[in-house]
Amino acid sequence: MVNLGVKLKDLSLKNPVMTASGTFGFGEEFEDFIDLSNLGGILVKGTTRHHREGNPYPRMAETPSGMLNAVGLQNKGVENFCSEIYPRIKHYDTNILVNVSGSVIEDYVETAAMINDLEHIPAIELNISCPNVKEGGMAFGTSCASAAEVVKAVRQVYKKHLMVKLSPNVTDITEIAKAVEAEGADSVSLINTLLGMAIDAETRKPLLSTVTGGLSGPAVKPVALRMVWQVFNAVKIPIVGLGGIMNAKDAIEFMLAGATAVQIGTANFIDPQVTEKIVVGIEDYMKRHNIQDINDLIGALQVR
Amino acid sequence: MKKLVQDFEVLQRKELNDDHFVLDVKALEPLPEIRPGQFVNVLVKDSNTTFLRRPLSIHFVDYERNTISLYIKKIGDGTKKLGELKEGDTLNIVYPLGNQYSIPNNANTLLVGGGCGVAPLLYLAKHLNQAGNKVTTLLGVRSEKDAVELDAYKEYGNILVTTEDGSFGEKGYPTQHSILEKEKFDYVFTCGPEPMMKAVAAYSTQKNIPCEVSLENTMACGFGACLCCVTETTEGNKCTCTEGPVFNINDLKW
Ligand SMILES: Cc1cc2nc3c(=O)[nH]c(=O)nc-3n(C[C@H](O)[C@H](O)[C@H](O)COP(=O)(O)OP(=O)(O)OC[C@H]3O[C@@H](n4cnc5c(N)ncnc54)[C@H](O)[C@@H]3O)c2cc1C
Ligand SMILES: Cc1cc2nc3c(=O)[nH]c(=O)nc-3n(C[C@H](O)[C@H](O)[C@H](O)COP(=O)(O)O)c2cc1C
Ligand code: FES
Repeated sequence: MVNLGVKLKDLSLKNPVMTASGTFGFGEEFEDFIDLSNLGGILVKGTTRHHREGNPYPRMAETPSGMLNAVGLQNKGVENFCSEIYPRIKHYDTNILVNVSGSVIEDYVETAAMINDLEHIPAIELNISCPNVKEGGMAFGTSCASAAEVVKAVRQVYKKHLMVKLSPNVTDITEIAKAVEAEGADSVSLINTLLGMAIDAETRKPLLSTVTGGLSGPAVKPVALRMVWQVFNAVKIPIVGLGGIMNAKDAIEFMLAGATAVQIGTANFIDPQVTEKIVVGIEDYMKRHNIQDINDLIGALQVR
Repeated sequence: MKKLVQDFEVLQRKELNDDHFVLDVKALEPLPEIRPGQFVNVLVKDSNTTFLRRPLSIHFVDYERNTISLYIKKIGDGTKKLGELKEGDTLNIVYPLGNQYSIPNNANTLLVGGGCGVAPLLYLAKHLNQAGNKVTTLLGVRSEKDAVELDAYKEYGNILVTTEDGSFGEKGYPTQHSILEKEKFDYVFTCGPEPMMKAVAAYSTQKNIPCEVSLENTMACGFGACLCCVTETTEGNKCTCTEGPVFNINDLKW
């Protein structure tokens, strides 16, 4: 038997495969397709302090090997999550992480504090990188000072594992990673979507109601891998890698670049069973390469 | 209703005219219950521009042959590649997705379809007919060669056609057909291009007839995970793939 278990500091995952926020609903949407207990963890939808309607339709445009989205954090707010959704999903035999989003610091802090009280939520992922909300979101993740400020404030009220999700829409992602590490982040996840846009030449109109949106899928994978590798060489806290992972091979590549765990996003839309297949595929890879412990793969990239 | 991901076997592809075809696909396990108005999400292989699955309405279900029929219009590369599938090929499908049309009893029902929007109406006509309703299907097409599968609809009721060039049936758009003034309907169902559905909705509102429409918003997942497909309703944004694609026009902000 090979060991698939990994640890993000104090947070144990039975395997490194998690799901990416905003692509996996609350997990419930996938219960017909897979057994959630086979996953290392699930990240539920971006949750904000207050109810958000999100952006107007159209919110999605397909692109070569990827898609743009402009959902804009549609959700019913953290109180609804705690009272309605949490009781329905808390029994899942996997780590449930809540993706906490906001547009002002007080909202992040209040949301994190409420989730801190939920027994079966062992961690939050602080989303300081959403490109789809006008009033902020990504703005926090694109300067070291504001990233540090929001992490510092949340750290004071949130006592469990604090993962911070980084934006790729920056000049040097390692600077942001170092800034959030210094303020007490327990891990970083990267990348969120890359800012992009799509135009319909026939109508001369943008394809998204918001004109710009977030690019995801295999199109972003090389950028994401590069950033995971750079951050791995810059910080000590564990890294969760994501961006365009479609199969076990992609997941292994992220681990070799330095990720302790991975998240699967857009791939879930194309194959709702892909996460389970990736777990099996990683195990096969280990057997094929005679690796007993998955932890031996983390950062094991052989540069010449 | 449990959603499934399964490989289907292509039984046959029937070309209807230049750009429409029907694909009959056979499930390898017994089909689950499928309701009229529901759709499937199919995986297209070997198309560089097709990354996501393609949502398609369920055109017909034949439980004896264990098949689903899809009525497809060639729009871009994804639907074009589906039009090249041959007998024996496999097609991976996520289904059954979405809600369903209401099935009244003993009512005089009108079904209005245009373009590839006629797709869900055949299976709906069958269910309406089974429930003892009078069924009139009204199809709006460009010209005679587009007026296809009329015999199939006749099995379940009356079939009427409008053509834009007047080559068959009445000339004009479906909402200009004389039957709309001649007959009193109790229920209207429609699917097709948005301007047509809006015109049908306006007719139904004016006559005070309940009307259900089926929307074709762009989708990424098809089963409620991404929230890309929302439509504005009187109760806020609703998910077209799970709370639709069928909506009562009173709930839409049309
Ligand atoms: C619930 C649902 C049911 C559907 N049922 C059927 C059906 O039964 N039969 C059928 O033929 N089609 C149906 N459609 C539409 C079908 O999914 C699209 O035609 C198909 O995805 C086009 O793929 P493509 O790769 O051929 O074209 P693409 O290359 O994706 O598109 C070509 C052009 O058409 C535009 N386009 C594509 N899809 C849509 C859309 N949904 N709305 C507006 N513009 C669009 C694109 O922007 C592009 O300009 C349905 C759609 C939905 C959401
Ligand atoms: C439809 C959609 C919605 C998303 N919503 C969120 C969100 O609410 N919070 C967040 O941190 N990231 C969100 N993301 C970003 C993903 O979690 C992920 O970072 C990104 O898609 C890259 O991974 P992928 O290529 O595997 O999808 C969303 C992505 C998509 C496609
Ligand atoms: S298409 Fe993903 S939620 Fe409807």
